[in-house]
Amino acid sequence: MNAGKVWTFGDNINTDLMLPGPMLYVSDEEQKNAVFAANRPGWAQIVEPGDVLVGGRNFGMGSSRPAARSLRNLKLRCLLAETINGLFFRNAVNFGFVALECPGVHAAFEEGETAEISIENWTVVNLERGTRLAIKPVPKQLLDLMTNGGVFPFLERSGLIAPVA
Amino acid sequence: MGMTVIEKILARAGGVEKVSPGELAVVNVDMTVILDMSFLHNVRREFLKLNDPDKTAVIYDHMVPAPDRNAAEAHGYGRAFVKRFGISRFHDVGPNQGICHTIIAENGYARPGTVLVCADSHTCAAGAFNCAARGVGFPDMVYAATTGKAWFQVGETIRYDLVGKLRPGVATKDVFLHIAGLYGDHANQNVEFGGPGLANLSIDARRTLATMGAELSAEFVTFEPDQILIDYMSGRTELPFEPAYADPDARYLARHTIDLDAITPQVALPDAVVNNSVSVDDIADQKIDQAFIGSCANGSLDDLAEAARVVAGRQVATGVRFIVTPGSQQIYRRALAAGYVQTLLDAGAVVTPATCGACFGGHMGLLGPNETCITASTRNFKGRMGDPSARIFMASPATVAASAIAGHIVHPDYAEGARS
Ligand code: SF4
Repeated sequence: MNAGKVWTFGDNINTDLMLPGPMLYVSDEEQKNAVFAANRPGWAQIVEPGDVLVGGRNFGMGSSRPAARSLRNLKLRCLLAETINGLFFRNAVNFGFVALECPGVHAAFEEGETAEISIENWTVVNLERGTRLAIKPVPKQLLDLMTNGGVFPFLERSGLIAPVA
Repeated sequence: MGMTVIEKILARAGGVEKVSPGELAVVNVDMTVILDMSFLHNVRREFLKLNDPDKTAVIYDHMVPAPDRNAAEAHGYGRAFVKRFGISRFHDVGPNQGICHTIIAENGYARPGTVLVCADSHTCAAGAFNCAARGVGFPDMVYAATTGKAWFQVGETIRYDLVGKLRPGVATKDVFLHIAGLYGDHANQNVEFGGPGLANLSIDARRTLATMGAELSAEFVTFEPDQILIDYMSGRTELPFEPAYADPDARYLARHTIDLDAITPQVALPDAVVNNSVSVDDIADQKIDQAFIGSCANGSLDDLAEAARVVAGRQVATGVRFIVTPGSQQIYRRALAAGYVQTLLDAGAVVTPATCGACFGGHMGLLGPNETCITASTRNFKGRMGDPSARIFMASPATVAASAIAGHIVHPDYAEGARS
């Protein structure tokens, strides 16, 4: 079942909150543990693989830092937000983190409810309430990157960058 | 239906007749800019090929001079990279170094009508040069540097027509705060500036406005080309360029007129830049511990001149740290020659070398718990400049300088004695 427990966040969640400046120098593992440390301390420690992040407007605003990589490393199933910041979306595509726009999603879920997502049908269902919402389709080229580990595996296969040792 | 400036540039770079909002444009990139941060051990990937060393620039800015061993190691790795691929556009610690967006400007790397990408969100700064410049992520930057290509989702364009002239003591930072306060964010949209008021704005002033477009979450920010731009570019690049003009029948999602004469000094309250502006008089008396002028938005020679003008012959208030960071070493030298640095130092400011520094809470001017700062930089997010409990107000260089003298937030006129 492609479903996960929902965590809700509001509008204008910025990348400084997901990847605080002082964490830019540390390992992926430590970065992942610092997600939302300023606005929701301890969250990164209790969120579980397969959980779903629900956001408001302009999710991921701010700097180009690889915040999407930290969300991917937390093994979240996906992000569903009212709107997603263009730069954050690029990073999500490129780091292989599934980030989808879904108008109405913020009001449609309370924290702790379960979201069932279908990318084939571009829909999300609130399993507690039985309500269904449409997800905005992502162009195929970008969806392929997003769901297949991002751009680095492609560049490796193309002989442009070396695989990580 | 015609095209906007950004649609024109993307269509040309993609080798197609036309692009429209909603499409995915795949384009050739004219310049890819790599930063010191991209060489950090926990970020970098080993390049096996580079698309074209002449379409690549490497600029050290976030961690300059190296504040710690991670930065020093990254700098060393980057130097070897530059050598290996024969990159001539390299701005290492030294006389030609500075914040990447300032260096891009000074060296004519962002030619009108071309496409530039860089792994820093404020890359839209180069939109002042009629360049399709986009801040991308590190992976996009690697993709562009190795393949010479990038993709963009084409957004709708919002047009701002500038009319009139700013009053003394008022800056394009105030224009930005006015726009951000009134119209909010421009997520997934492009912003285009033009109109007769442009003729009254220097390149430095335009760069502030273009840079701050990142805070509107705009996809691209572009400026209409004019003679001031053409004059600025000539002598900075040997390469040809062809400015892109909007078609007379270009389609805009909205069109707003900004009367520059009517703009007054603005301040963004802590934690958010958009929808968070107040008039400086509404927040006056707010005590401060630190005042900062710097960054890609406000580290220009114009900005330093304005700061020096405001503090000349006065003293920074007791208990306030006033930190000024020029945007590049070239600006530093020019500010020194013009006497601005002396004036700032005499007033009690600390003038640092060119770096991103305090802007992103990197080094040289971080904030401690519960401190209050007024900054002329790009962002005031929670925790941006140090401790998350610190409060960061944002304003123009004139307002920041006047506040440093007063010890609390104050209208720039205060320092002139025009008010008390
Ligand atoms: S000065 Fe600040 S906003 Fe500009 S590139 Fe550096 S860290 Fe980013």
